[in-house]
Amino acid sequence: MITGRFFAPGADRRIAITIFVLLAAAIIVPLLNLAVSPASAFYIPPYMVALTGKYLCYALLALSLDLVWGYCGILSLGHGAFFALGGYAMGMYLMRQIGSRGVYGNPVLPDFMVFLNYKELPWFWHGFDHFWFAALMVLAVPGLLAFVFGWFAFRSRVTGVYLSIITQAMTYALLLAFFRNDMGFGGNNGLTDFKDILGFNVQADATRSALFAASAVTLALAVFVTWAIVGSKYGKLLMAVRDAESRTRFLGWRAENVKLFAFTVSAVMAGIAGALYVPQVGIINPGEFEPSNSIEVVIWAAVGGRGTIVGPIIGALLVNAGKSWFTGVLPELWLFALGGLFVAVTLLLPKGIVGMWDSWRGNAGTPRAVPLADKAHTGAGLVSATSKPARSPARNPGEWSWSDPEPQAAE
Amino acid sequence: MKIFHAMGLTLLLILATLSSSGAAEADLRAIIAKFATVTDFSQTGAVVQELAATSDRAVERPLAALADGNLYIRMADSMVFIGKEGDENVQLFDPLSGEAAGEASPDDLTQIGVNNTLRRTIRDALGTLTLGSKDPTVRIAAADTMFKTPDAANIQPLDVAIAGETVASVKALLEQARAASILVSDQPYADKLAAIAVIGARGDRNAVSLLTFVEANASGDVKEAATAAIASINSTLAIWDAGQNIWYGISLGSVLLLAAIGLAITFGVMGVINMAHGEMVMLGAYTTFVVQQVIRTSFPGLFDWSLIIALPLAFLVAAFVGLVIERGIIRFLYGRPLETLLATWGVSLILQQAVRSIFGPTNQEVGNPSWMSGSFAIGQLAITWNRLWILVFALTVFAVLLYLMKRTSWGLRMRAVTANRRMAASMGIRTPWVDALTFALGSGIAGIAGVALSQIDNVSPNLGRGYIIDSFMVVVFGGVGNLWGTLVGAFSLGIVNKFLEPYAGAVLGKIVVLVLIILFIQKRPRGLFALKGRAVEA
Amino acid sequence: MRGNFSTITKMVSASVVAAGLMMSAPARAADDTIKVGILHSLSGTMAISETTLKDAMLMLIDEQNAKGGLLGKKLEAVVVDPASNWPLFAEKARELISKDHVAAVFGCWTSVSRKSVLPVFSELDNILFYPVQYEGEESERNVFYTGAAPNQQAIPAVDYLMSKDGGSVKRWVLEGTDYVYPRTTNKILEAYLKSKGVPAEDIMVNYTPFGFSDWQTEVSAIKKFGSAGKKTAVVSTVNGDANVPFYKELGNQGIKAEDIPVMAFSVGEEELAGLDTKPLVGHLAAWNYFESVNTPENKKFIADWHKFIKNNKRTTNDPMEAHYIGFNMWVKAVEKAGTTDPDKVIDAMIGVSVPNLTGGYATMMPNHHITKPVLIGEIQANGQFQTVSKTPGLVMGDEWSDYLPDSKDLISDWRAPLSCGNFNVKTGKCGGKGTN
Repeated sequence: MITGRFFAPGADRRIAITIFVLLAAAIIVPLLNLAVSPASAFYIPPYMVALTGKYLCYALLALSLDLVWGYCGILSLGHGAFFALGGYAMGMYLMRQIGSRGVYGNPVLPDFMVFLNYKELPWFWHGFDHFWFAALMVLAVPGLLAFVFGWFAFRSRVTGVYLSIITQAMTYALLLAFFRNDMGFGGNNGLTDFKDILGFNVQADATRSALFAASAVTLALAVFVTWAIVGSKYGKLLMAVRDAESRTRFLGWRAENVKLFAFTVSAVMAGIAGALYVPQVGIINPGEFEPSNSIEVVIWAAVGGRGTIVGPIIGALLVNAGKSWFTGVLPELWLFALGGLFVAVTLLLPKGIVGMWDSWRGNAGTPRAVPLADKAHTGAGLVSATSKPARSPARNPGEWSWSDPEPQAAE
Repeated sequence: MKIFHAMGLTLLLILATLSSSGAAEADLRAIIAKFATVTDFSQTGAVVQELAATSDRAVERPLAALADGNLYIRMADSMVFIGKEGDENVQLFDPLSGEAAGEASPDDLTQIGVNNTLRRTIRDALGTLTLGSKDPTVRIAAADTMFKTPDAANIQPLDVAIAGETVASVKALLEQARAASILVSDQPYADKLAAIAVIGARGDRNAVSLLTFVEANASGDVKEAATAAIASINSTLAIWDAGQNIWYGISLGSVLLLAAIGLAITFGVMGVINMAHGEMVMLGAYTTFVVQQVIRTSFPGLFDWSLIIALPLAFLVAAFVGLVIERGIIRFLYGRPLETLLATWGVSLILQQAVRSIFGPTNQEVGNPSWMSGSFAIGQLAITWNRLWILVFALTVFAVLLYLMKRTSWGLRMRAVTANRRMAASMGIRTPWVDALTFALGSGIAGIAGVALSQIDNVSPNLGRGYIIDSFMVVVFGGVGNLWGTLVGAFSLGIVNKFLEPYAGAVLGKIVVLVLIILFIQKRPRGLFALKGRAVEA
Repeated sequence: MRGNFSTITKMVSASVVAAGLMMSAPARAADDTIKVGILHSLSGTMAISETTLKDAMLMLIDEQNAKGGLLGKKLEAVVVDPASNWPLFAEKARELISKDHVAAVFGCWTSVSRKSVLPVFSELDNILFYPVQYEGEESERNVFYTGAAPNQQAIPAVDYLMSKDGGSVKRWVLEGTDYVYPRTTNKILEAYLKSKGVPAEDIMVNYTPFGFSDWQTEVSAIKKFGSAGKKTAVVSTVNGDANVPFYKELGNQGIKAEDIPVMAFSVGEEELAGLDTKPLVGHLAAWNYFESVNTPENKKFIADWHKFIKNNKRTTNDPMEAHYIGFNMWVKAVEKAGTTDPDKVIDAMIGVSVPNLTGGYATMMPNHHITKPVLIGEIQANGQFQTVSKTPGLVMGDEWSDYLPDSKDLISDWRAPLSCGNFNVKTGKCGGKGTN
């Protein structure tokens, strides 16, 4: 195996390769699309560019989840919300760019506002006619929501499954809110029919290629940032919180601040992914807040291998390519395949593809990529086996706790 | 004197009916035959009026049949019959006597069409005709109809009926109907004022409706009296409305409890984040559908028993599927709760698609047995039977489960295993089987919840999806691992939701509830009834 | 990083070759069949409604092939599953057009799915047949709307309720699911009712979320609103799944059609199949087709459908008729144009006239909407509708409602020389209303 040599030397090398491949793709794919004649075997049709561009956005979303789940043990079931908020911020900018080319020709109000009898632009739509403002909002809105949400949740020490469930409640509440037409975000239809981005036609091949390149470069940058974070002293703290939150706290670290930082950075990354996604697919609608979407993101990360940086990217690309293929060729079987994948990965590949590859190659020793205690799989308040005996006697029958210190072995 | 007068009138009426029946039958048949020539609804209406004008009790049968859309014309000879649809042919009956008159193919018959306006006309006509019926419920229905469609011409027959009425409750209704008729007649003011008092005492929405109408069309004292009566009724109704809201909240709470209670076992007690829980509910609902299908085709007489029969079957089906899931997947994942989430989510997708492939994607019809249809009133509180039974059912399931967990040896073992697996194992408990059976129990409970939910919701492959998030909210809000928490959680969420709904609307109400739960979890990260323990990782 | 570069180049080129191989498949697409795309969700929340339409299309294509195909070629259906996911609709539409090179696409149900694919169809210049009643306010060159516009469903329905036959309704509850179709329809209806002299306090508008299942409060609010001494009716734009619990609650709370009739725009035979309709007899629906319509064409269609789907219980419904009309129109237009080239077919479509299933003709108008009869039906105990009123003539679909201030000056005409979907008759310009 030629590729084997590349995976062998460990994580740092792998990161470099990933970044390199992404940057190469950012140059080569647009070239093959624009410069090569359609007759050539190397020609990549615009359809393929848009599709892979979309996958890269999903990969970025999966990577952002990996930062909090894989490295910090926070299983967020609401990352789709940050993704969608970033998407909405970008969508609002694109809506404003339509100007008087909407069907009603109103220079200020988007079409859906015209036929719902809005007289003027709602206050929160102001400023979105400037790209810089929208770009700022893409970062600020998901970041701020994550900061506020995390500040409350982590300070109250909401952990494990409770946190997962309330993140799900958050995205569900946002889903319902954005479905409301009174909110001024276009209700169920969402925002569509975009024309221009920064003055370029969103449907032009060149724009598509540029968006693809932007997605690839952003993903590469995100890989680098994530790698830098987890490689730093702060990254060690993250993993310490993941593996033994209380011990970290007893050592004098503020676990909630550590988590809050990771959660916020991750939300901003998800927001950027959403912002890149919207101009490529041409629609943003409340369906993106659907809790099932967020759960699907979790499976991408799990398939590829969480806590590996590269894994979630591979997972997102593979699952989505599979989805595109199945829904075209065997539509009836798609849900069986996806469901089977969920079950198979959790049972057979608990560490994901990349994790399995590592164990198979026998070099799972890179400390930052693999949980300290092998059994502390999820970080749901589980601690390593050594602290077990101290607590068991204190429990009465019938009492049960999520922070059960005892990783119950499979029987 | 008055009594004699009334008795005389009744006697006269009865005599008139008896004597007319023989001689007038030919006339009636002549009128009924006109149905064969009608071309639109207004003409049908004219014939109905003509029949009603005969005041003959015999027209009840053809009119009732017409209202139900069962009056047919045989095209060959333009004869009018009452028809009853069989498997292939329509059985025919004589419209007046109701005697069997052979059968005919549907292709040889024309159905006489009815619309809402006609149905209302027929109902009004039947109302007057059935005032003297022996069955008190029919008389009540008649009084009700006459109250809703007051007519000055009704006063006289109502007087007769009131005089002859022996049941006090029916008599009161008849008097209200009479009062309503007086209000639309040109009787003197004094009578009208008295009538307003009678109607004001009735105090329900129909009374408000009638009085509003009077208020708009009258003047002087009557108008003022009507206004005062409306205000008084409305202030009483406002109190009843609050009560109604609490009932709606309790009813929603019972639905949430039913949906969540299985999850309180699989998630709350066992710690499996069971995303396939909703699909267990769906399997229960589909079992009900299959049971009803079998009953419809083979034992139509048992239809009212269908839910009772479906209960154990739904439990077994869902419990079996739960057992398979536990043995096949979940037992490998104990202690990794967040991974059970992924695996069970996968299972839920597979189950959904499997049901979609077998039964098709469309809704299936699950009928309400007669004891679960309709509603009754306590004061001004309308309570529907199906909601009441679901509440009773939910509480029963809860009580049984609580008994099972706290008072039986199996429950003890169950709690022992979830509390400390190794200790339990060393005490000789076969932990794998306890796990499997506990999960099967939780799934089975979800299955019987599906039987109840099939009565109020769609039976489609998406059924489970609608309940899964709500169920998790209930369990987490109430406190994981505590059945009482689930109970309190379900009812408080239900009531809060229903109190918000009239003010905030359904969507905003739900959003507010979700935000409240998120905030609540910050305050009490382990839910309402948190289990006390001394775990370091808190 | 020594020695890595060549391998990376190899990897990249390998992936490019792989992509190239994937792409070469459509290039081989044979010329002996005409491909027709079917873009209906087969999984997810919309599968409940859309799967039937996929089957109906497969049946129509089979029948056409049995008749000898089109232009001497066989038709081939390409079925994809957009899985009730709106961005996936756009992706699949793009795939159908660029990869499978279909000649036309039949698909979509929800407005948002249509909005999602619109840019794809205009960019790649292909044809979409959209078979569902919708809110109007749109007319695209690449889309043919075979479902009803609001004036082909909502307004005649309200007219019927106001008539003597319909019960001379004076008070109105507009109950809907909170999305664009009910919002727009209710806006139009409100304006229409007010123009007929209905005062504002006699109109109540309420919205509920998708899949709403606890209707107790809403139904009792309707009851309360209905007890004001005036004849009251409910106009329901409640969507799909939420209808079953809505009707069950109506039945149980004893709201009878004689007292407060409910007129629905989204409840057809398919939805009623999931309900015990005995308590609902007399409630109304407005469509352009009912399964119970007694015409030879319809009888044949139902028989064919039962044979195709191998189930005598499966119902037919209005959107199926819309596909029947749309498909036949497309076949006729292709024959007229002599080619499947979408550009030519789009021009040939206008004026094409085919029989519908209710004993009349449907004609494609220059605004890409069709003419339809409007039928009002009452629910029967057997789960069917009985027609109680039918518009005397055919109604032409009006894409820009006359009752909305911003669209009343707009018209659409896709014939040369106008060729415009939003021509403003006041300013004489194409491109909407412009600045106020």
